[in-house]
Amino acid sequence: MSDIEMIEHDEEEIEELESVVIRFAGDSGDGMQLTGTQFSNTTAVFGNDISTMPDFPAEIRAPQGTTAGVSGFQVNFSSYDVLTPGDAPRVLVAMNPAALKTSLPDLESNGIIIVNTDTFTPTNLRKAGYESNPLEDGSLRGYEVHEVPLTTLNREALKEFTTLSTKDKDRCQNFFALGLTFWLFDRPLGTSGEWLKKKFAHKPELAAANAKAMETGFYFGETTEAFRHRYRIRPASLPPGVYRKVTGNEATAMGLVTAAYKAGKPLFYGTYPITPASDILHSLAPLRHFDVRTFQAEDEIAAMGSVIGAAFGGAIAVTGTSGPGIALKSEGMNLAVALELPMVIIDVQRGGPSTGLPTKTEQSDLLQVMFGRNGESPMPVIAPQSPSDCFDMALQAVRMAVRASTPVVMLTDGFLANSSEPWAIPNPDDIPAIDIEHPSAPSNGAGEPFLPYKRAPETGGRPWAIPGTPGLEHRIGGLSKAPLTGNVSYRPEHHEQMCRERAEKVARLAEFIPEQDVFGPLEGELLLVSWGGTYGATRTAVQKAIAQGKSVAHVHIRYLNPFPRNLGELLQKYHKVLVAELNGGQLAFLLQGKFARPVLTYSKLHGQPFKISEISRKIDEVLGS
Amino acid sequence: MSTNTIPLELTRKDFVSDQTVRWCPGCGDYAILAQMQKTLPELGIPREKIVFISGIGCSSRFPYYMNTYGIHSIHGRAPTLATGLAVTNPDLSIWVITGDGDGLSIGGNHLLHVMRRNVNLNIILFNNRVYGLTKGQYSPTSRKGFKTKSSPMGTIEQPINPVAIALASEATFVARSIDSHTQHLGEVLAAAAAHKGVSFVEVYQNCVIFNPDEWGPLEDRRERDDHMIYLEHGKPMVFGRNRDKGVRLNERFEPEVVQLGEQYTVDDLIVYDARSKALAMMISSMEHPYFPTPMGVIRQVSAPNYTEGLMAQIEAAQAQKGKGDLHKLYRAADLWEVK
Ligand code: SF4
Repeated sequence: MSDIEMIEHDEEEIEELESVVIRFAGDSGDGMQLTGTQFSNTTAVFGNDISTMPDFPAEIRAPQGTTAGVSGFQVNFSSYDVLTPGDAPRVLVAMNPAALKTSLPDLESNGIIIVNTDTFTPTNLRKAGYESNPLEDGSLRGYEVHEVPLTTLNREALKEFTTLSTKDKDRCQNFFALGLTFWLFDRPLGTSGEWLKKKFAHKPELAAANAKAMETGFYFGETTEAFRHRYRIRPASLPPGVYRKVTGNEATAMGLVTAAYKAGKPLFYGTYPITPASDILHSLAPLRHFDVRTFQAEDEIAAMGSVIGAAFGGAIAVTGTSGPGIALKSEGMNLAVALELPMVIIDVQRGGPSTGLPTKTEQSDLLQVMFGRNGESPMPVIAPQSPSDCFDMALQAVRMAVRASTPVVMLTDGFLANSSEPWAIPNPDDIPAIDIEHPSAPSNGAGEPFLPYKRAPETGGRPWAIPGTPGLEHRIGGLSKAPLTGNVSYRPEHHEQMCRERAEKVARLAEFIPEQDVFGPLEGELLLVSWGGTYGATRTAVQKAIAQGKSVAHVHIRYLNPFPRNLGELLQKYHKVLVAELNGGQLAFLLQGKFARPVLTYSKLHGQPFKISEISRKIDEVLGS
Repeated sequence: MSTNTIPLELTRKDFVSDQTVRWCPGCGDYAILAQMQKTLPELGIPREKIVFISGIGCSSRFPYYMNTYGIHSIHGRAPTLATGLAVTNPDLSIWVITGDGDGLSIGGNHLLHVMRRNVNLNIILFNNRVYGLTKGQYSPTSRKGFKTKSSPMGTIEQPINPVAIALASEATFVARSIDSHTQHLGEVLAAAAAHKGVSFVEVYQNCVIFNPDEWGPLEDRRERDDHMIYLEHGKPMVFGRNRDKGVRLNERFEPEVVQLGEQYTVDDLIVYDARSKALAMMISSMEHPYFPTPMGVIRQVSAPNYTEGLMAQIEAAQAQKGKGDLHKLYRAADLWEVK
């Protein structure tokens, strides 16, 4: 493939762009996720800043050719910082009519469309709900449409692979499309070429066929007259370092492994398969050599129970799930609150209620994790702001759990979980150790009775005495208990004291977490408040507003319980506070309840992240400009 | 289950906690607690390595009364906590205390899976065939027709048999005993502790308040031997106060009680084989008053347990890839450098 990289280009043809958004869309069997991932890898390695977002149906194979079965993968790549996968694609690769139909409304006006014309048959058009062929009826006027008989060209190119069936050859079609986009954006083929060799090490013929398809796609761009331009997006000036691409789920998994490593303990991850959290399990399961003990439980409830048992035993104990799973885990989470054992619960939020939108994003579990348990059951809640931030926050979740001997919830979401961005790989040696002290009998004082609920004065946490320690045998349980001893007690004053102590130690984590930072002016007309995966869109919209001279600042909250200690004060510094979130106004509810500060809400329930333009419009609306 | 043992000088008193026992006077739970406290010192397991985990119900108060590590957890979930703990520390002697409601109703799913996985722990299911703590509703093991506050005209549900559930769940050790036969109970508990892998013990327990007549003659010292059969591996199935009765396999391949004497001798009886699942399944349906109720070790086979399997994987992975290295983990992807 190196010969291709050396092809002399007529520099005239190449147009410089700062950033481009491209979407690959096709049937869920067309391999679009793979194509998008390969395109992003090459682009990331090339040095652009990227942000990616997959969008796939909940069904594994929805009816072929229908709009329900369309799977898409969007990549925003740029020569400057990008924080979102982009509002509107400039380039759309549509492998069939249904893909064109679902993605066209999002495309930029004047955008570029590459279609596989071979799939525009009467049957497929009908399945996609087209009454006439959009390639012929003028409905694509204004776009730059490239009609490519991709299936035919690809089969032709793979003629020499006589042992492969037509079906096998057609499976290489996505690499043809990939090659063509590599040509269009002036990318080398090496990264994907290497990947193919590794992936199909045992099926060299498939590796060769895919590579050939990719090269042919590339040559097709080179030789055909149809494409007027190529585009070049220069590498971004990211801070120096070694980078990789990371999704939120991958970063979460690596953060957890790191936390356990830094604590010198096994990582216990007890979970039940659920979309979109399962990839955390898939990332952790192959890490047995890190002493990672994954446990696929019989149900969500069992997963939570196993984590409590593991925490009692002294592991870094973690579970991961999504909304419906959190509902089932509430009982166990509540026991964890009563037992006061450290553990982490990761909720990769998806659209609800009930089964809702399994593969789509939402931020609607906030109030559930805050309040969705019987009794007074305070629990710290944190939320990473980007895929790579999941790494830092997973570590932070473990630190908070250990400090206050409490379960901690980390809220990510379907968007963060599956989208990716470049990650400046940290040096693990620079990550501070997580010091855990388990009491032993002598440290407890000879002859003194062990008091499992004797709290540390600085943190309110209780001693983490683990089975196997002689002399510290003790019993804990879900019944109300006496202070210090933890013995069962129904006395009114004991119940009240224990409830208050648990609330107090969670509240005191505010001393441990950082103060809230502000982007933009420290006082002014409007403060935009957001949390979780909406960071990129809100921050970019505020950047734009500030550049236009508007009096807007941005606070993105990563710590939701307790809130950063200076947050209440910050909210008072602006005339208006606007909370943007992908739910019916849950953070707004919390802020108003906690700080008695009226706020405006901007809520969206599409199962999709915010677009920058949506936030910008809302900012203008609130500012009355 | 079993763990490495070292000789220790522990006595019954070392296992008695400072909490006042609060079961109803006469409750069968007292006898089980006493046998447990008597048996544990004989096992030679250091006290700090013993953990009791229970769910909710009368029996589930058990851990509070044992001076060991313990968790009184939530209804039906004890097996899940026990699994997490066993995976974290395979060195512990973990006892799950459950009941017919806790283990077979709300926690039925967990019980099934913990046995299927052969997690190295001991499950003691106190079966009194009634809900005690909630004041007397029928349970999943209550006899059909049982009249309670929630079934004033009698239950219309088919009860389930805990031993049959354990066998169907592939438990590697399945046994049964009864609260009032303290010596037998002690022996069964010790055998459960000695087994490597999951041990399931059903203990017939007398709820003197809500279901006092359930076990009838089985609770009667003088009569019980005519109504129970003490299973012994490799021995013919003889029973009776005078050891004059036995169980044979009849022409329809069903168990049949016979009088030993002229027509039948010991040679006609089934020789019990605790390794045979088929035999265990068959005798699991035997029950007083039609049959002598089987007591003792019903099934025992040796099989790799869950934690052994997991630890073996960890060792194999470390042997193959070396101990986990974070530098390598972070870099297991396409990399690029920005200068
Ligand atoms: S209700 Fe029955 S099982 Fe419960 S403590 Fe009283 S006698 Fe025992």
